[in-house]
Amino acid sequence: MDWTALVLSLKLAGATTLVLLPIGVILGRVLAFHDFRGKRWVEAAITLPLVLPPTVLGYYLLIALGVASPIGQAWQALTGDTLVFSFSGLLIASVVFNLPFAIQPLQRAFEGVGQDLRHAAWVGGLSTFATFRKVELPLAWPGLLSAAVLTFTHTLGEFGVVLMVGGAIPGETRTIAVSIYDRVQAFDTAAAGIMSAFLLISAFIAIAVVYGVGARAVRLRG
Amino acid sequence: MGWAHARCGSVAEAGPGGAGEGLAVRLRQAGPIPLSVDLACAPGQLHALVGPSGAGKTTVLKAIAGLYRPQAGHITCGPAVWFDSAAGAWLPPQDRRVGMVFQSYALFPHMSAQANVETSLAHSARTERAARALALLTQVGLADKAHRRPADLSGGEQQRVAVARALARSPGVLLLDEPFAAVDRRTRRRLQQDLAELRSSLRIPILLVTHDLDEASALADQMSVLHEGQILQTGTPEEVMRRPASERVAEILDLSPGV
Repeated sequence: MDWTALVLSLKLAGATTLVLLPIGVILGRVLAFHDFRGKRWVEAAITLPLVLPPTVLGYYLLIALGVASPIGQAWQALTGDTLVFSFSGLLIASVVFNLPFAIQPLQRAFEGVGQDLRHAAWVGGLSTFATFRKVELPLAWPGLLSAAVLTFTHTLGEFGVVLMVGGAIPGETRTIAVSIYDRVQAFDTAAAGIMSAFLLISAFIAIAVVYGVGARAVRLRG
Repeated sequence: MGWAHARCGSVAEAGPGGAGEGLAVRLRQAGPIPLSVDLACAPGQLHALVGPSGAGKTTVLKAIAGLYRPQAGHITCGPAVWFDSAAGAWLPPQDRRVGMVFQSYALFPHMSAQANVETSLAHSARTERAARALALLTQVGLADKAHRRPADLSGGEQQRVAVARALARSPGVLLLDEPFAAVDRRTRRRLQQDLAELRSSLRIPILLVTHDLDEASALADQMSVLHEGQILQTGTPEEVMRRPASERVAEILDLSPGV
């Protein structure tokens, strides 16, 4: 078991979830309640990471964050470090490729709340924020939990994008999924097996939790 | 003297759009939903808005509640101006005093009946809300079910929670969007009696959207026939039914279900 890789993966998954959840709540809510020109294009762009080969996404992220890019240069001027092949670069990439996993469950959850309940709250005198806090969020929380669990476990398992953007620097960018690949390359199937089993079981539990919460929420709403 | 009369007289005397008591509504819009609506409803009066589905009845209610902003017109409730396109005035729903019963009731499913009512009491002191909500639920005969969630209440009981929540707002106008559509006939009759009783104790204008002419005749003082966003005729239910202003009105009245 590559403990350094596991700790790094957990750190990346936790940071990604923390950064992505507020973004997911804001974007998911906007997409659920508002119609605007080009909405389909925005939705398509958010869904892209779901269907693109990770290497393709990784390639573009590498270009976008690389030392030749404006983002990469600005980062280097600010920190004196390169963005690619670093934990920070990996975090940005991780946020991008997890967009659909966070936004889609939240969008569906807010859509499920419906306009009538928000209107009823506004007419009753609740402000937009009070309506969000007292009506929208309590009803959309299964979506919030799904988004968090899916983002966390999907980050643990992502391989292609991580390898393209981060490489495999121990303690910096070598995640558990990359470490499994390295172990297999080195014919260390025992270590690869343990780590694979860990990812398999954690993913299974996560999805079971998401389905369980969904079923409970449906029962609560009658 | 004349000015004073106009000001204190009922809206019916002042005419639509005139300053006075009660609710005065004038809406004009070419699209996307065409609107040509003039409505006046005095305090204590019940005004029915009838018409086929898709006629724009709910849109009119939403405009009054501040949930839909039409291109032109004005809405006043007593001295308060809620909408005046000429002056660019538009109050959000939170700044209007509207009690609204939604067709779906729109009760918050995760809250008890009492908590539902309390959401509309944000204007009263925090310490008084629980007692006030309970008093309103008692008024609609649900004191013993105050702690139940909507899913554990019957359709008729849910409707009464929705009415209690609307009244909790201490509204200047009460809007009812097909409030009896989702309950069985026996419950409907009882709820209609309740509404008839309620209106005698309420000194505010009540607007009732319905596609049921019997309901309009039984409950309303005034009735407007709405078709494609346009009010075709306004009068007492008896007048309108006996002397429809046009063939289209007669057609709508005949075709309406519940006749």
